[in-house]
Amino acid sequence: MMTGAQPHSGATAADPPPASPPAPRPDLWQDACMAAALFAVDPAGVAGLSVRALPGPVRDLWLQMLHEFLPPETPMRRVPLHIADGRLLGGLDLAATLRAGRPIAERGLLAEVDGGVVLLAMAERVARSTAAHLSAVLDAGEILLERDGLTARTPTRFGVVALDEGADDDERLPNTLVDRFSLLIDLTPLSWREVQTLPPDIEVSDILRARTHLPAVTLDDEALDALCGTALALGVDSLRPTLAAVRVARVAAALAGREQVAPEDVSLAARLVLAPRATRLPMPEQPEDEMPEEPPPPEDHQDDQDQDNSPEQEIDKPLEDQVLEAAEAAIPADLLAQLQLGALRARSRTSGKSGATQNASLRGRPAGTRRGEPGAGARLNVIETLRAAAPWQRIRRTERAGSVAEAAEAAPTGQAKRKRRHSQAPEVRPRVEVRLDDFRITRYKHRSETTTIFAVDASGSAALHRLAEAKGAIELLLADCYVRRDRVAMIAFRGATAELLLPPTRSLVRAKRSLAGLPGGGGTPLALAIEAAVDLADSVQRRGGTPVVVFLTDGRANVARDGTGGRTQAGEDAMSAARMFRSAELTGVVIDVSPRPRTEAEQLAREMNAVYLPLPHADASALSNAVKAVA
Amino acid sequence: MPVAFPFSAIVAQEEMKLAILIAATDQSIGGVLVFGDRGTGKSTAIRALAALLPSMRVIDKCTYNCDPDANDAGVCESCRSRRAKDNIKVRKAPVPVVDLPLGATEDRVIGALDLESALTRGEKAFEPGLLARAHRGFLYIDEVNLLEDHLVDSLLDVAASGENVVEREGLSVRHPARFVLVGSGNPEEGELRPQLLDRFGLSVEVKTPQDLKTRVQVVRLRDEFEKDPDAFVAKWKRKDGKVRNQLVKAKERLEQVEVPDAALERAAELCMKLGTDGLRGELTLIRAARALAALDGDEAVGDEHLRRVAPPALRHRLRRNVLDDAGSTTRVERAIEELFGA
Repeated sequence: MMTGAQPHSGATAADPPPASPPAPRPDLWQDACMAAALFAVDPAGVAGLSVRALPGPVRDLWLQMLHEFLPPETPMRRVPLHIADGRLLGGLDLAATLRAGRPIAERGLLAEVDGGVVLLAMAERVARSTAAHLSAVLDAGEILLERDGLTARTPTRFGVVALDEGADDDERLPNTLVDRFSLLIDLTPLSWREVQTLPPDIEVSDILRARTHLPAVTLDDEALDALCGTALALGVDSLRPTLAAVRVARVAAALAGREQVAPEDVSLAARLVLAPRATRLPMPEQPEDEMPEEPPPPEDHQDDQDQDNSPEQEIDKPLEDQVLEAAEAAIPADLLAQLQLGALRARSRTSGKSGATQNASLRGRPAGTRRGEPGAGARLNVIETLRAAAPWQRIRRTERAGSVAEAAEAAPTGQAKRKRRHSQAPEVRPRVEVRLDDFRITRYKHRSETTTIFAVDASGSAALHRLAEAKGAIELLLADCYVRRDRVAMIAFRGATAELLLPPTRSLVRAKRSLAGLPGGGGTPLALAIEAAVDLADSVQRRGGTPVVVFLTDGRANVARDGTGGRTQAGEDAMSAARMFRSAELTGVVIDVSPRPRTEAEQLAREMNAVYLPLPHADASALSNAVKAVA
Repeated sequence: MPVAFPFSAIVAQEEMKLAILIAATDQSIGGVLVFGDRGTGKSTAIRALAALLPSMRVIDKCTYNCDPDANDAGVCESCRSRRAKDNIKVRKAPVPVVDLPLGATEDRVIGALDLESALTRGEKAFEPGLLARAHRGFLYIDEVNLLEDHLVDSLLDVAASGENVVEREGLSVRHPARFVLVGSGNPEEGELRPQLLDRFGLSVEVKTPQDLKTRVQVVRLRDEFEKDPDAFVAKWKRKDGKVRNQLVKAKERLEQVEVPDAALERAAELCMKLGTDGLRGELTLIRAARALAALDGDEAVGDEHLRRVAPPALRHRLRRNVLDDAGSTTRVERAIEELFGA
């Protein structure tokens, strides 16, 4: 089923031009190289490129290649994870302002990088506000500064390369950025051996030539229809990616030295832009199309330059179908598997709200002050600052007077004197001498929000007849969480897997939808479920939330950790997972949903150090009340 | 400033465009909430509208862009005293569209003590915030559902009263702040508290168009715009001009549009049928219908106007069962069918 294996990828080395040999899937590395080249041609037009890969030689090689594609004078700046807004957008340079006694602005990083490239490190954990600022600047093509009493517009155009190091599905780039970025590439499946093929034969001079070509490249209606149709068929709802694909197709044509966008450019754009965002597989129109194992005929569209490659074959198919096939073939293997399972509905493409904890310095009740600089979300406490500065006023005034006198003595010539008088003119003598050390910022305490994680046993043994009640209870709790602005998450376990059905969310719409789609039947992989719950609880804690885990199960494990059946092994695995839960010191509730409670669930609860609630005849509202009492 | 996409070139999304026009015609309606998918042109529409509005007359050297034609209660303190001394000049200024960025702090929004003058000169001065800049224009909040609740609270309060009152850090300042509040967001990422929903005048649900022809048209126009913005804007200038005229005329006509008793009764009946809380729903419904009549060039509010504005005016005010899946839009439409007949 997985078509990710690339038996032919090694063969490319024999043939340096980017003409890749027929392969079941387009060569991932060649596509990644093309993406880098396309980005280099028009960073601002492409807007963004997200590279999903763990740090390592493969990513380094790719980055090095990108560097080589970019003209050497291109400004490139790295944005660290928690960059202060002042540094990103510009603002008041506080130290310099105090020294000078008049406002001194500092230029932000995004203004400095005009015409170049922003490198966003660990992009999957980027603060929401940073993502929002980046999106706003990308959209407007200028920085609208609205801070520290400064108002300025600075035009700037740049491209963003986001280094996405997320390992799990819930660690992803914020949606606001994904929607605006044109190119999404994933280097994770690539091994070092696979990237040894020669990169495409592109040099800086080609990039520069493409840049001059680009404005004149035209795109006909057929190509436009093909891209729009492909986006629709793959379920790419937002129109931004479709527009991005149009732009990328143009850039690809410019890079190939064409004046008009050719079918292969359109295919490339569909592969690189639309395929990674697919939310459904195209409806198979003819029965023979429905087997994804069967490699779609790739020869007719994968070659970038080979004109001799059976053009008549292309003619019998409308462009849209070719493009769609190309895009379909390029859907990442893991995404494809999920699409085939129809599981994407449950999968979250939202990133965690990692911004919530960073805002902690602004929320809640004031709890005293401490020394520190305002900005980056901290709020200056003016009264305390002035109070801190007050005792030193006399000393500082003398100091300043002394330093002015010194300067006067050090400049005896008339010219220097004139200069000094000139420079003194705009200086305002501060009435209060405040130094950086005096700044006090307000500290806040806030109640960290609770995330209730439901681990629902959807197996045949326990839940089939209780699933409806479990659903009812969760719905009631959801309504309750909605009122309290808490969050809920849901893990369902059955068969051989424990699946995160609903990542922590406040959205009722999504919660209800995933609950409605909860299927039942199969074995009880309790160990896996506990582990998944601990993982999720851990990530909630790391983001500053308080997790409460609610298990709805009968405790009768019969699927071991490795997915195989067997009551004994499964029971032992469940117990060891339960001890892990205990050592993580999490708040837990085990609700025994079996019709006649026996010892398994109780023992499990004891091992987990969780509250045990046998609810043999409970209805949904009793269940909900019980959980509320604990959580 | 970069050129804005022309309003008349926005494909489909008729309800959103209409709601924005209505809210711009009658500011007292209380703004628009646009909820829906990404990339549906929410921010494009609002920016486009602001770009086509005629520039407004403001008092020169006023921080708040005060209206020279407003009465004394409608201008800021300094303008009031300057006007008493007959010392004002009038200039033209574009209608402001102010973005409220997601990470904005409370002091940036409502204004705060000017730190610089406080710290360097020891003076107590007020530094106006975003609300001051948005006066007489639009305040656009993307992802309003992710905004901190306390910020949304103070925003809505100001939007309703038309005046920003700052009492903090030893400051006591009030200045006019009348703006059209436009919020947008994606319900998949969290919902707005019900009590906040009710404060928005109109609410629109947008979806990405699902038919190929519309999508191609959107992409084509947008692509053409990006290739040469100036030429594109010039091409659509006449159509934009029409919308501008329509809006300007509607504003002039608004006061003369008649609201017959029959329409008032109809509105009340509709609200009762739907069980909306409070009178805000009825009031908004009537105002929106009046604005629509003004936009259409009609002299009185009729059933047709009520029908068209009822969904955006009422759909977010229904008392809802949080777990009820039947969309509120359907409920409003059903009630309209029953009341007005098919």
